[in-house]
Amino acid sequence: MTWDVKDIQKWDWKKHPAGAVIKDPGNSCQFKTGDWRTFRPIRDDKICNQCLICYVYCPDSAIIVKDEKVAGVDYNFCKGCGICAAECPVDAIEMVDESKAKKNKK
Amino acid sequence: MVISNKTIATIGTDAVSEAMRQINPDVVAAYPITPQTGIVETFSQMVADGLVKTRFVAVESEHSAMSAAIGAASSGARVITCTSSQGLAYMWELLYIASGLRLPIVMPNVNRALSAPINIHCDHGDSMGARDTSWIQLFSENGQEAYDNTIQAARIAEHPDVLLPAMVLMDGFIISHSIDRVDILEDEVVSRFVGEYKPAFSLLDAKKPVSIGTFDGLYGFFFEFKRQQEEAMMNSFKIIKDIGKEFGEISGRPYDLFETVGMEDAEFAIIVLGSACGTVRHQVGEMRSRGIKIGMIKLRVFRPFPAKELAEALSGLKAVAVFDRSDTFAGHLGGPVFIEIRSSLYDLPKRPLIVNYVYGLGGRDLSMELIDKAVGELADIASSGQVKQLVNYLGLRE
Repeated sequence: MTWDVKDIQKWDWKKHPAGAVIKDPGNSCQFKTGDWRTFRPIRDDKICNQCLICYVYCPDSAIIVKDEKVAGVDYNFCKGCGICAAECPVDAIEMVDESKAKKNKK
Repeated sequence: MVISNKTIATIGTDAVSEAMRQINPDVVAAYPITPQTGIVETFSQMVADGLVKTRFVAVESEHSAMSAAIGAASSGARVITCTSSQGLAYMWELLYIASGLRLPIVMPNVNRALSAPINIHCDHGDSMGARDTSWIQLFSENGQEAYDNTIQAARIAEHPDVLLPAMVLMDGFIISHSIDRVDILEDEVVSRFVGEYKPAFSLLDAKKPVSIGTFDGLYGFFFEFKRQQEEAMMNSFKIIKDIGKEFGEISGRPYDLFETVGMEDAEFAIIVLGSACGTVRHQVGEMRSRGIKIGMIKLRVFRPFPAKELAEALSGLKAVAVFDRSDTFAGHLGGPVFIEIRSSLYDLPKRPLIVNYVYGLGGRDLSMELIDKAVGELADIASSGQVKQLVNYLGLRE
């Protein structure tokens, strides 16, 4: 990757490539979309049976798996669709209002 | 250096086809529509006869024509399409995409009225409606200028400081179907003038892959990109002037943003664009020979709009009449040229009086008598200091 877009939100209008051309491929990982979320999936590790169904169903590949086990949710990209919670066979995932989830974290 | 020209008698559409053949674009995607048909007909014949290397895409509609043009231009090709009236209207949403993606597509548009009632004849309603699409708009007075403007449009649109699509406008039938004396440059001269097109990017370049036309979103940069388009339009003033001058060096016919006649000592003037300039120029010349202090401004470039230069040219006058071949239906605000000129004059410390004549809708003829009538009224305005009627309909049955 040669195109640094980390501070793109601060660019003035002259800095963008004309025609909204994205001149470097594969930069979508730099574009955090997690703030689209209204509900946050919160997984209870005690209930989770590690079936990995959430990992299979997640449309945004936001379930983090390490050593063949669910290690968490990538909140930088999870959009809170709730499919993981709906598909979980043991109800280990709860969808919590994002504003409340943020407060609780603090 | 002026290269010896070939002078031919030709209809306007054939003159444009000849310019297109000499530009030798990579792709032409076009759909025929009266009165532009001749361009597509003649050019596709040239392709079939092997006179030009262009890939001609016979699309099934104007929406597809502009879509194919955008696709081809995105791949880095030099692209031309052409249309008229309803065809331009059918291209509408793509016009913004071509300019938003900064693709320097060239498009001769043969001006024709928009339905209803169905009318195939000339007025400027079609391209005037597209005045806010961020396309460059060059008006032509005759077949010669349609030919010259087409060649220049390629250079202007492709200039790295501009990168905007460009329309070349010519009056339906009056220019497109009338046989005119046209000086044709040598193929090599045109080829050298337009040069090799170096696209800013190409979707087909596997070594430098890019994405275009992506979703920008609520927190994106749409606003910033629109500001860039406005900057490109600002840049184009100089480029259009420079290229017009350079074209003069190869053809003996230099071009500017607008042309003036008798403005040195004029007390009042007419501003007009398109084929009507010929008739107005004739009448203005005749009146000037009788000592009437009238001038004329022929507006060539409508987008970008040379507001500053026009205000300067008009600043000393007592009165100005703006001729419009289309209306804005805004409730007697006047035609689009009038609105722009009136706005341009606002900052002058001493503004001339101004009056609008809407004429020629749906091909209604602009006769010498009608011009005389308008000039008579304009002279009255200049001497009395009063505008009785701001917007007037010249040649309307009333």
